[in-house]
Amino acid sequence: MLGKKAKSRILLFVTLFISFALVIFFVLRSLEENVVYFLSPSDVYNKSDISLNETIRIGGLVKINSINEKEEVINFIITDLKNEIVVSYSGLIPNLFSEGKGVIAEGKLKDKKYFIADKILAKHDENYMPPEVKKALDQSNN
Amino acid sequence: MFKNFFPSKILSLKNKTISNLVFFLTIITTIGLFYSLVASPPDYIQGDSVRIMYVHVPSSFIAIGIFGIIGMSSIINLVFKIKIMPLICKSLAPVGLVFAVISIITGSLWGKPTWGIWWVWDARLTSMVILLFFYIAYILIWKVVKKFEEANKISSIIAIIGLFNLPIIRYSVDWWNTLHQPSSLSLTSAPTIHYTMLIPLIIMFFVMIIFSLIIFLMRYKTEIMKFKLNNKKNIK
Repeated sequence: MLGKKAKSRILLFVTLFISFALVIFFVLRSLEENVVYFLSPSDVYNKSDISLNETIRIGGLVKINSINEKEEVINFIITDLKNEIVVSYSGLIPNLFSEGKGVIAEGKLKDKKYFIADKILAKHDENYMPPEVKKALDQSNN
Repeated sequence: MFKNFFPSKILSLKNKTISNLVFFLTIITTIGLFYSLVASPPDYIQGDSVRIMYVHVPSSFIAIGIFGIIGMSSIINLVFKIKIMPLICKSLAPVGLVFAVISIITGSLWGKPTWGIWWVWDARLTSMVILLFFYIAYILIWKVVKKFEEANKISSIIAIIGLFNLPIIRYSVDWWNTLHQPSSLSLTSAPTIHYTMLIPLIIMFFVMIIFSLIIFLMRYKTEIMKFKLNNKKNIK
């Protein structure tokens, strides 16, 4: 059914395809540090060569009951449920920033447990539901 | 089904078929817009900006899907040299490009009130921009390279390379930390979108598929005519 030419072309394609996929895989693997948009508190904790002068982003959940506003400065804790980092920030906060929700902070580490942010982004999760459903869910959880 | 895309079938495609499709599109668009703008509830945290999703998600799906078709057809095209493949791809590309642009713009409009920023260079957003560039490159090759066979070869290779970007877009949110949220729809698990929001999303998805089909059929018919005309000229 297939001509000889078509067969050799298929072979060529399969080889090229696989080798190209492998190249992309290894490039992405080696660039992983640049592809990742933010580090979790555990990443920060486990990393030995983290620089304190570089601007980095850390992300996770805002720990419940951790938001503490004093005058212009807002302090809160970012957690990934294993490790925590205290974040200090002064400036505009996005509307969706709230306790128990995802957040990404951009700034510099003071040490492995303390972060000074100069930008805060709210991270939305993949759940979408009307307010009534959320209410019902919360009630049934309590 | 494939036979329906043969040139003779397409050329004999009556304008009535297309106007029937347009009629159907008008109805389903009305229903879709009513559902997404009026009948569906606001989100518990995003409020009304969740409605942007009803345009954003289907556009992204279609932009990725069309490029997938172009890439696959390009492989078939280069291996088996089927004449109609390049014409199909050529007619599909601008539709995909428009949806990629819509996806990026609506995403940006949603990002500002939700994340607090219009744009970030995380893996999902960046790979989507790369898709946009692949579309632009693909279309430009057809415009710039005058010889059909040459343009066909170069554009096919671009489309095949671009094919590798598609799984990266789809899984970027799972492989790396991104600002963009993970997918709410997947084949293996239940959707994390409440059904009152899933209905308008699915309707809008059909709206855009039918819209794409109409534009594609019109463009494809034109491309076939152009191709035949050029061939005649070359023979003379």
